[in-house]
Amino acid sequence: MFELTRSQKEIQKAAQEFARGEFDKEVTVDLEKSHTYPTEIWKKAVELGFIGIQFAEKYGGGGLGILDACLVAETLCRKDSTMGSALSLASFGAECLHRFGDEKLRGSFLPRVTEGEILTGIGLFETERGDDFSVLDTTAVRSGEEWVVNGKKRYVINGGTAGFYIVLCRTGETCDENNGTSMILVEAGRTGIGCIPLGDKLALNSVAIADLTFDQVRVPMSNLLGKEGKGIAQARAFLDEVKILAAARAVGIAAGAFDRALAYVKQREQFDRKLAQFQITRHKIADMATKVELARLITYRAASDFDTGKPDPAMSAMAKMAAARMAVEVSDEAIQLFGGYGYMTEQEVERYYREAKTIELCLGTRESQKDRIADIVIGKLK
Amino acid sequence: MEIITYTSEHHTFRKRLRVFLENEVTPHVDQWEADHIVPKTVWQKMGAGGFLCPSVSKEYGGIGGDYRYAVIVAEEMSRTRCTGLAASLHSDVVVPYLDSFGALEQKRKYLPGCVSGDIVTAVAMTEPDAGSDVAGMKTTAVEAGDEVIINGSKTFISNGVICDLLIIAARDPGIASKHHAVSLYLVEAGTPGFEKGRQLEKMGWHSQDTAELFFNDCRIPKGNRLGENGSGFIMLMQKLQQERLTCVLGAVPAAEMILEWTVDSCRKLLRNGKPLIRSQAIQFALVEMMTEVKLGRTFMEKLVMDHIEGQNIVIETSMAKYWTTEMVNRIADRSLEIVGEVGTLESCPIVRAKRDVRVMSIFAGTNEIMKGIAAKFMGM
Repeated sequence: MFELTRSQKEIQKAAQEFARGEFDKEVTVDLEKSHTYPTEIWKKAVELGFIGIQFAEKYGGGGLGILDACLVAETLCRKDSTMGSALSLASFGAECLHRFGDEKLRGSFLPRVTEGEILTGIGLFETERGDDFSVLDTTAVRSGEEWVVNGKKRYVINGGTAGFYIVLCRTGETCDENNGTSMILVEAGRTGIGCIPLGDKLALNSVAIADLTFDQVRVPMSNLLGKEGKGIAQARAFLDEVKILAAARAVGIAAGAFDRALAYVKQREQFDRKLAQFQITRHKIADMATKVELARLITYRAASDFDTGKPDPAMSAMAKMAAARMAVEVSDEAIQLFGGYGYMTEQEVERYYREAKTIELCLGTRESQKDRIADIVIGKLK
Repeated sequence: MEIITYTSEHHTFRKRLRVFLENEVTPHVDQWEADHIVPKTVWQKMGAGGFLCPSVSKEYGGIGGDYRYAVIVAEEMSRTRCTGLAASLHSDVVVPYLDSFGALEQKRKYLPGCVSGDIVTAVAMTEPDAGSDVAGMKTTAVEAGDEVIINGSKTFISNGVICDLLIIAARDPGIASKHHAVSLYLVEAGTPGFEKGRQLEKMGWHSQDTAELFFNDCRIPKGNRLGENGSGFIMLMQKLQQERLTCVLGAVPAAEMILEWTVDSCRKLLRNGKPLIRSQAIQFALVEMMTEVKLGRTFMEKLVMDHIEGQNIVIETSMAKYWTTEMVNRIADRSLEIVGEVGTLESCPIVRAKRDVRVMSIFAGTNEIMKGIAAKFMGM
């Protein structure tokens, strides 16, 4: 897997052209300030097939793979980390529906995602730190032909703006990896859903992230997503998939910060020399280029494994951990190379840093990725 | 063993300052961050309390205190999380130029106001095309009769909007040598031709009014030159040791605060049913960070005492400025990751702290410049 296919290169090119034509730094900054989702640009991205590119064609998707979705996410984030992330997260959680939903559920909801009618969200965690399946107090109880959902989910992406939420609920007495939990699809219009906005964030203010409360929310029995009892197992599989996409966003953000820093050091003069003529600058650039390339390689590798039917949870976790870290380091170095200008909003790289950092903090931090990797690499001890 | 020893006067000063800041500053910081400015009145209150420019001698209203007071102010200010009220910049970086190099008349005219907070100061060296390369500055000062005419622009000037008095570095275009052409001048806000530009939007320091400044045939009396003509660079060099050390005073206490919040969060936050602080990986990370902070604290206090003794510690302060400001950023960066998703919210104090400390490895000479200076002074 050292060469992209022609079709993948075309996708990259299409995403580049789209980003060049549609993204505007001033617009991004305004949307960030007003906490507004880039709806217009999202609709255009839908028209070009960038949203749900990895979903089957019968649901309006592109019928392509995670690697293709990664290429889109990377390319868009490289041009504008905020816009790229906002668009990549438009269908966050729908991956779960695509993978585990039955024909009827997929048929009724996925086309609405790929046609740009709705954003989507998923509520998995309930603790302040996020990323913890040990606390699961949200319940879904059978009542006649319906589920009644009660509880609270934290840090729901597109919380308050999505058309439906996939909610991990306790549905049985015992609760572990393979028993007692299920995923329920809850339409946003159902009575009893509350939304608690979380205020200003470190980054990505244009994407709503909120805590959601469910008070006696009733949905049809058929809204069960996947197998009853397998909620946590499905959630883990979902995370293994979206971590690859998060890694791709990180690669794009790192590459975008790098592009800007590179252009700057080639143009900026101090002490009668271009910054790019100082050995320290040259070596910083070399380090950054190396990091971007490393992050890209492991991300494509994880994506390619996934697409060829050999999904590797350890590789997903490694890709997410490594790419997020490298993106934080590269964007941080970009700020430093820009000097005082790097600290100013106008030069963008500080925003790239904040978005890279957010990827590192979400979907599990370094420690939880390492826990996951070690579980797999070390295996069961005798 | 204590490295910095304090007298009872220092302790009293610290106690009074802490109470003052708890009442007059801390409760307002969130509002000032949202307003992107600190009201002038709080500078005056701070002056009235005797907390500005403690190093200025009694005849001008100060207390004639040593550099320990700077440590106390920096440490207590860091507890407030307020960056906009840049008291250390005013008291320990800008005013010392006036205090050390000002003529008697200049000192009589301005120092009492600096101490009382009626005069807030700023220093303007950096220009759009002269950042690290200070000697590359283009702003000119031409003497014409009894006046000096200043033309040019400066950028990234802290206190740029609120300042009443500016110390500006400008070059005489008639002198070829970069290092002998620069003089320092006092420019009062409101002088015709001196225009304060827009306040710059930044990653952090939201309550600090960092701004661009423009000079368009700005005429000031010749008597506003600070020190000898062409001695600007010598004066700047003489004060850089203290400026860099003052950066260290900002970095180390900030790192201590961040770590305190992080440890506290690790006791409260649970993962897989147990507090984070019970996780071995988290414990090791915290111990590593505490070690770094303690190294920083020890280095800082040693240099403070050396500085008070009047030693030349240009090399060590350059090292300390670079190391402690990178250290505080490592601590903030790692701490955010330890607390996890809660660290994506501005309501988490580490978030603002990280946005604020990021500038420390850039301002007052980037860390690359610090390393270059250390290498040069060690004869490399």
